[in-house]
Amino acid sequence: MRLEYFQMIDRFVEVNIGERLTRAVCTVPLQSPVFEGHFPGYPLMPGVLLIECMAQTTGWLVSALTGFTGLPALAGVKEGKLRTAVFPGDQLEFEGRVVHEGSGYAIGESKGWCKGAVVCDATLTYRIVPYPSPHFRTALSEWAERIDFPVKEFIR
Amino acid sequence: MSTTFDKVAEIIAETCDIPRENIKPESHAINDLEIDSLDFLDIAFAIDKAFNIKLPLEQWTQEVNDGKATTEQYFVLKNLSERIDELIAAKGA
Repeated sequence: MRLEYFQMIDRFVEVNIGERLTRAVCTVPLQSPVFEGHFPGYPLMPGVLLIECMAQTTGWLVSALTGFTGLPALAGVKEGKLRTAVFPGDQLEFEGRVVHEGSGYAIGESKGWCKGAVVCDATLTYRIVPYPSPHFRTALSEWAERIDFPVKEFIR
Repeated sequence: MSTTFDKVAEIIAETCDIPRENIKPESHAINDLEIDSLDFLDIAFAIDKAFNIKLPLEQWTQEVNDGKATTEQYFVLKNLSERIDELIAAKGA
């Protein structure tokens, strides 16, 4: 996890297209520039970054389901709940599910755990937007491989 | 028995917090009811679920952008309801 680069997921441990489900894991870094401000002397994982973790876990699944034909841009967060505090060193697990694939949009549900307890959950809306460039798609594909997302199985 | 329009109007009223009496068959979702594109995604999701269809929003947007269709054809609610009925019929065919 590199918070300052928005690299939230360390690796995927499950990508199940049939079940429309992904599971990912990550470890909150012990040090990050983010913690210098959030908060001085009391490093705490920002809740918005837990939302981002859920958005990425489910967003990769949306990409797979749509064959990496566009970027799933986070467009809405509903019923977002941040249930407990998360600290540096915590090991997190996230689950993402796609509950509806619309035309040009998708709806997902995601949840995160720490030490077996739910720390966050939300319903997420994605708008599928064109990639800004072919290079972007290539970079995304390389990023997917670094986090064990089987991009080659799904890319169209 | 409620019509397709009635169901669509209920969905819009609930999703966008618009008084039901303000939602008419002649209402244009964007121009009259001032529903923005993000709220329309919520409406599309609710319509997809309620009627077990998939509104072809990408195709409609492309047709409007290409000048092959007008927004009235898809976003005036009586027309939207007709499109939904067509999608339901096509699914059953």
